[in-house]
Amino acid sequence: MEKISNFTGVGAPFRYSNVDTDQIIPAIYLKRIAKTGYEDGLFSTLRQDPDFVLNQPEYEKAQVLVAGSDFGTGSSREHAVWALRDYGFKAVFSPKFADIFRSNCGKQGVIAGVISNTDTVKLWEKMESEPGIELEVDLPSQVVRCGELEINFEIDEYTKWRLSEGLDDIGITLQNEDKIEEFESRRASWRPKTLPVKGD
Amino acid sequence: MAEKLTLAEKLWRDHLVVKGENGAPDLIYIDLHLIHEVTSPQAFDGLRLESRDIRRRDLTIATEDHNTPTKDIHLPIAEPTSAKQVQALRDNTEQYGVRIHSLGDKNQGIVHVVGPQLGLTMPGITVVCGDSHTSTHGAFGALAMGIGTSEVEHVLATQTLPLTPFKTMAINVEGSLRPGVSAKDIILAIIAEIGTGGGQGYVLEYRGSAIRELSMEGRMTICNMSIEAGARAGMVAPDQITFDYLKGRPHAPAGEDWDEAMEYWKTLKTDDGAEFDKEIFINADELDPFVTWGTNPGQGVSLMGEVPSPDSFDLASDQESAEKSLQYMDLQPGTKMKDIRVDTVFLGSCTNSRIEDLRAAAKLVKGKKLAEGLTMMVVPGSQKVRIEAESEGLDKIFKDFGAEWRFAGCSACLGMNPDKVGEFKRAASTSNRNFVGRQGKNARTHLVSPVVAAATAIRGTLSAPSDLED
Ligand code: SF4
Repeated sequence: MEKISNFTGVGAPFRYSNVDTDQIIPAIYLKRIAKTGYEDGLFSTLRQDPDFVLNQPEYEKAQVLVAGSDFGTGSSREHAVWALRDYGFKAVFSPKFADIFRSNCGKQGVIAGVISNTDTVKLWEKMESEPGIELEVDLPSQVVRCGELEINFEIDEYTKWRLSEGLDDIGITLQNEDKIEEFESRRASWRPKTLPVKGD
Repeated sequence: MAEKLTLAEKLWRDHLVVKGENGAPDLIYIDLHLIHEVTSPQAFDGLRLESRDIRRRDLTIATEDHNTPTKDIHLPIAEPTSAKQVQALRDNTEQYGVRIHSLGDKNQGIVHVVGPQLGLTMPGITVVCGDSHTSTHGAFGALAMGIGTSEVEHVLATQTLPLTPFKTMAINVEGSLRPGVSAKDIILAIIAEIGTGGGQGYVLEYRGSAIRELSMEGRMTICNMSIEAGARAGMVAPDQITFDYLKGRPHAPAGEDWDEAMEYWKTLKTDDGAEFDKEIFINADELDPFVTWGTNPGQGVSLMGEVPSPDSFDLASDQESAEKSLQYMDLQPGTKMKDIRVDTVFLGSCTNSRIEDLRAAAKLVKGKKLAEGLTMMVVPGSQKVRIEAESEGLDKIFKDFGAEWRFAGCSACLGMNPDKVGEFKRAASTSNRNFVGRQGKNARTHLVSPVVAAATAIRGTLSAPSDLED
């Protein structure tokens, strides 16, 4: 995972609340075998409406999604985060996230920042008055800036640490690589090995 | 004096790489990682995304099983999504240099049949696979667990898993089984006793004289279904039966390695005086053949019994679920289990598709005819089992009987390939899950042992081997 500190990207005002993961990506996209390339499934029902925000040219390169409350509820599918990530989103802000969705975000290097209801509305109004405006997301100081607005967001310390260090679960385990190597050096020779192939 | 430990705790101790502090999980080393086509593609993709390599391809092995057809295997796989998943596994294993046993290969077959058959599954190791029935391998005194796709990726990259410790449960099965009663009946009876959630958070250790008397095949059948009781894993301490089964297999230790391994393996048992978090007792002497009547593996009764009435359950939730199950299964309370007529018999799956299972069923059907109006499918667990069975003439016995003799794979156990139980048809199945729709849309499943499957195929209604005598 990439280390995240500060970045700037186009913000998209997503004026919906109670968006479950089925709406983020419908089950039909779950039959696939890849972990990438889910961008076409993102909000696929909503996107059928030509007036939908992400169908507007100003938001084509959006990287920051500002959503209403209760984002990512329902099924635990990691695909919801894969779809957002593959579409290009690096951060999602909402007054409230479903737990599993938020934890899945952390695993995939997507910031899920909690902001207040009032700040959410302020950001929506700002983005709508200047479509395509960029937001600066400052992870170390937990602030998102948009024009004259400066808004604090919440993220738990452990996830923040992992994101700023660019560590996924595997990354964290690999910090113990010396211990794994040491363990392997003691591994008895009778223990199974699949290679070289034996028998026929 | 040393601390007294259960078998599972010893294995945990011996694979501990890093002890987790402040609530963090322990990091556990994985000795053997089995892979199949359904749960691995996203894991490989994850590796690619992070430009990571596989840490130990020499501890990793893949086989094709869930999607593979069991007839006309020389033809390309017809169903497009199945073909794509299998091709993805072939591409991924080729790119990363992982050993694979593809359709047509002698060691192709259900992942849980292939590991033991190659001698890779052995006592004292940790085994994982992106499949819940990985618990099968615990029969060797291994700590074997099913994992999810993110964890598959984790093991590929690090050969370890962060895991939280488990609780331990002893399941004591004392006595001797009567003729016609087998390992499958023991485990169905256990699940009926403790419930499908009874094992949650536990590693089960099956103990007692009835377990010691079982062959490795029988022990695998029992450990296989530990997951149906909700357990993290199930295991049996290794003994001479384990060692004899293993010796000489392609990847079993040899020479000095064997001696060294044996020294360690003999220490692999629960210490006298070690405490389990929970213990239960089952009397094997009194066990009948067991079959399920409902839509989860805990809804089982003696084959000599009747379809229960929902009122006979204490909890309202159990009553409700029994009612729903009976509706789906199209059964009336009070019906004698032996009066239930089936349409088809499935002999296969990682629970009961090993050579011993096929032999036991073949012995009963030899020289007989499949009951009128029934179909029967025999699906060996691996190509090697198929070849071995053919060398003993079992294929001929089954074919003469009127059954279909198929190639290896998961087949109708979950119907990801074309093998399904038809809509509203009733099956006697040696597999492990009788869930709604598991064997095909609206298919009705009765879980049974291989010998009950054979007796049922002969008589057309759910039957015990003893019913064939008169
Ligand atoms: S045989 Fe059935 S239970 Fe076993 S691995 Fe295959 S699908 Fe799963």
